[in-house]
Amino acid sequence: MKYMSEYRSSEVVKQYVDELHKITTQPWTIMEVCGGQTHSLVKNGILDIIPKNVRMVHGPGCPVCVTPLNLIDKAVYLAEEKGVILCSYGDMIRVPGSKRSLLESKARGADVRILYSPLEAVKIAQENPNREVVFFAVGFETTAPANALSVVHARRAGIKNYSILASHVLVPPAMEAVMNDEDTLIQGFLAAGHVCTIMGISEYEPLVRKYNLPIVVTGFEPVDLLQGILMTVRQLEKGEAKLENQYSRVVRPEGNPDAIKVINEVFEVEDREWRGIGNIPKSGWEVKDELAMYDANKKFDVNIVKVPECADCIAGLVLKGIKKPYECSQFGTKCSPEKPLGAPMVSSEGACAAYYHYSNAGDLVEA
Amino acid sequence: MCLAIPGKIKSIEYQYNGLVKMAQIVFGGITKQASLEMLPDAEVGDYVLVHVGVAISKIDEEEAKKTFEYLQEIGELDELVESSQIERDGGSCAL
Ligand code: SF4
Repeated sequence: MKYMSEYRSSEVVKQYVDELHKITTQPWTIMEVCGGQTHSLVKNGILDIIPKNVRMVHGPGCPVCVTPLNLIDKAVYLAEEKGVILCSYGDMIRVPGSKRSLLESKARGADVRILYSPLEAVKIAQENPNREVVFFAVGFETTAPANALSVVHARRAGIKNYSILASHVLVPPAMEAVMNDEDTLIQGFLAAGHVCTIMGISEYEPLVRKYNLPIVVTGFEPVDLLQGILMTVRQLEKGEAKLENQYSRVVRPEGNPDAIKVINEVFEVEDREWRGIGNIPKSGWEVKDELAMYDANKKFDVNIVKVPECADCIAGLVLKGIKKPYECSQFGTKCSPEKPLGAPMVSSEGACAAYYHYSNAGDLVEA
Repeated sequence: MCLAIPGKIKSIEYQYNGLVKMAQIVFGGITKQASLEMLPDAEVGDYVLVHVGVAISKIDEEEAKKTFEYLQEIGELDELVESSQIERDGGSCAL
């Protein structure tokens, strides 16, 4: 690929990689939180050019991967039993529920639609006044403004047949949960650039102090990632723990106040279950009580029995960065993107799928 | 899915009886609609990062071009293509 050869030979990349090799004197373990960053690190071969001593582990930052099985079952139920027009993002539609995925429901005749934006779902509701339209609203802080705005649009336009099934998760509490695991090896974090575009960077200050580790807000392009890793290792080698912003050309310290306002208008913080990880206190957003008519959970009163996750899948350990995908006995054998056992193999941002598609697992085991 | 894509504002319009401010945004050859609710002072000609139909941040032209090219090179612009065609891999996720 043209870009990749250009980036690899580029002066900046060489400079970062050289310096990284020069300053690294001992092993360090750094987690990138965002699935997009995982994807970019693996796809662009960055893990092969950084020093072996710098071990990157991949975090839980794939909203599709951490959406609980039970919510997918709920979405399938709404589409099949309640006859709603069920809309969501493309990758969410493919995640297997305990019985089937939304894509399989669609094949069986349910009205499941893949959309680019939740705002399109509001339009569908307006055009189909006799049908209920539900948007399966998953995402981290980056996606929350759009999902919240869809509720605001529906309210402004007086559209009553629209609601969202929210599965909103927050990055800082997840980082805390990862750090609180007694098996964690993490010594520094790359924080997710686009999350901070919305929320700003101050939320990470308490984490830096509490766990005494560097956090560098980082973009997702190869050069960004290399610079973010370099900035983190520099701090680690000097024994420092600071919050830094590698992605300042896009991320303003205060984030986007207009986006935060819309989020706060629609959502409130609540405890959330993360697939593979379990309940994390105050780690998600739920539609506010006063907007219950836009909350599919309340509107349709769906009670689906919780089915346990597949016992062979170690997604929880992968999402917390304790195990690498290729350390899972199912990886590439019983579990592949065509027949995923767990969510990290489904979404293109999931660590298991990233390794499956772009890296030679054999080499990595040696590495 | 969580990827934000840079584009240029071509025109601004109001929908739902003037209650909602939207823009036509050009991404390379593709034009898509996005909300300007989160960037109230954005104007025609500005470059913005768009995430699932909402403009979330203003950026400069050079950054926009560079990022767009990168996304194009690595084939991550699928979600801009008519969503109905994307029955396979969704987009990518840069949080
Ligand atoms: S390889 Fe498959 S089974 Fe193993 S952790 Fe990943 S998703 Fe789960």
